[in-house]
Amino acid sequence: MHKIYLSHNNIISSYGFDSKSAVENIKDEVTSLRLVKDKSLMPDPFFTSLINKEKLDKEFKNLSSKSSYTTLEKMMLLSLSKIISKSNITITERTGLIVSTTKGNIDALELNSPHKKEKAYLSELSKVIQAYFGFVKEPIVLSNACVSGVLATSIAKRLIAQDVFDNVFIVSGDLVTKFIISGFNSFQALSNEPCRPYSKNRSGINIGEVAASILVTKDQENLALEAVEILGDGTANDANHISGPSRTGEGLVRSVNSALKEANITASEIDYISAHGTATIFNDEMEAIAFDRLKMNKTPLNSLKGYFGHTLGASGLLETIVGMHSMQQNTLFASLGFDEIGVSKTINIIKNSAPEDLNIFLKTASGFGGCNTAAIFKKVID
Amino acid sequence: MFIKSYCHIKNNAILLNGELIFKGQQEHSFKEFIKLAYKDLETDYSKFFKMDNLSKLAFLGADVLLKQENVEPENEENIALVFSNNASSLDTDRKYQKSIEDNNNFYPSPAVFVYTLPNICMGEISIKHKLYSENSFFIFENFNPEYLYAYSEGLIKENKAEKVLCGWVNVDKEEYTAFLYLVTKEKGIMPHTIKEINSRF
Repeated sequence: MHKIYLSHNNIISSYGFDSKSAVENIKDEVTSLRLVKDKSLMPDPFFTSLINKEKLDKEFKNLSSKSSYTTLEKMMLLSLSKIISKSNITITERTGLIVSTTKGNIDALELNSPHKKEKAYLSELSKVIQAYFGFVKEPIVLSNACVSGVLATSIAKRLIAQDVFDNVFIVSGDLVTKFIISGFNSFQALSNEPCRPYSKNRSGINIGEVAASILVTKDQENLALEAVEILGDGTANDANHISGPSRTGEGLVRSVNSALKEANITASEIDYISAHGTATIFNDEMEAIAFDRLKMNKTPLNSLKGYFGHTLGASGLLETIVGMHSMQQNTLFASLGFDEIGVSKTINIIKNSAPEDLNIFLKTASGFGGCNTAAIFKKVID
Repeated sequence: MFIKSYCHIKNNAILLNGELIFKGQQEHSFKEFIKLAYKDLETDYSKFFKMDNLSKLAFLGADVLLKQENVEPENEENIALVFSNNASSLDTDRKYQKSIEDNNNFYPSPAVFVYTLPNICMGEISIKHKLYSENSFFIFENFNPEYLYAYSEGLIKENKAEKVLCGWVNVDKEEYTAFLYLVTKEKGIMPHTIKEINSRF
């Protein structure tokens, strides 16, 4: 079977409109979370990471002067356009497109939305992207809660292995909307400070927005410097609760074991874990239990939620991309916001950015519906 | 590979392998129909009543199929769930949106919000049948068996799943359709091909 790689990538975030601006700030331990006062989103001020819409509009003018695009469409089109041009791939029927999102253009349902309500259909979103770039085959929208971004890489890999495509572009994104903020707030899950994953004083989640995209390919030519090979992946349900994390970490343990088995490596060969770490009490505890069961207590681990907040359908892909750059730079990035260990099992949180030889990393994510996804990536160019 | 069995829920009727197993009344709403079907099929699972419409539809369709296949929670089986639809969770999204539209009448509920993700219905099925397996939820404009076919074949070939419960579950306003089928390596009632899937939809 062919080796399959993650290659050219882009992050549209409040740090800037490329992966580099996000990675440099992360290396310097600089958060993009800000206290935002916007009553159209939430009655009280809250911490979030928002994309500068004026800058987005300005940059988007280089792509199109049409005004009918939604904010999310602009973010996704801009992100994808950058990696399509970098990758030099001509789009044919052998080129796939996966759109990873939880809520898409959900803001189209708002009373004062300038867009038609039909825009809230996720297939309308994928059609806009398909049409703009001229993808031949119908795109797949993946909407699988907070594991979507990582799961999208597994799906791309499987479709290439099944010879449906030679290359698959993934674009992921979700917006900070009243819909999302009020929902997480109704769960009393929002933190009133920048989040502190795995910390004793953690008090919940921040929600942020990004668009991130990546090329998944079997072609070894023209790979990005930070490209990785997908060694294995796994997805497993907790079969326990639709919104509460499992008390035993069962699904996460199974998903990691499935990925390890396929990669044909042991847990000790993992150099770094890019974990989910939302900073809610129960999620972080569940992850610590799972990593303890997997005997990964000593493996350096971070959550990147302290930089961007939780970016929902994009988070898994966003964090995979940052992990690729972390390996390429042989640098472990700090788990921002961490103070004192606040989970019941020993895990090795990265406190400050530090040089380290990195070859293989594990990305994990967990989400509503009880889903868990793990993927293992190996550096290609040393 | 083969399709072991399949199930339809549409037009207020439930069919298993093409044969009618429950028929509601034409004038019934989806809510009335699905409640009567739940009772008639002796489902006996009280969590059913807190589910949203999409979860009720997917849950009952899966329950009919998995019962037929003698899938018991005690004997763990690795059955992946690969579902798709057109309207995602919009049926519940609209309901939730109403609850937050007016700042003077603002009543967001976590019990509604949690169902504003299409994959929740697969979580419900996984809990009932103790399936610690892969779940994926795809959105297409129309039923698209090509991807479902390739993806489930891939899952079984790569030993990620022994069987795949696959199909389409859509709820949008008063319209609904479910078509679920079980893909296995063991001999079934028809070969697992895009043509067969399409002809049964």
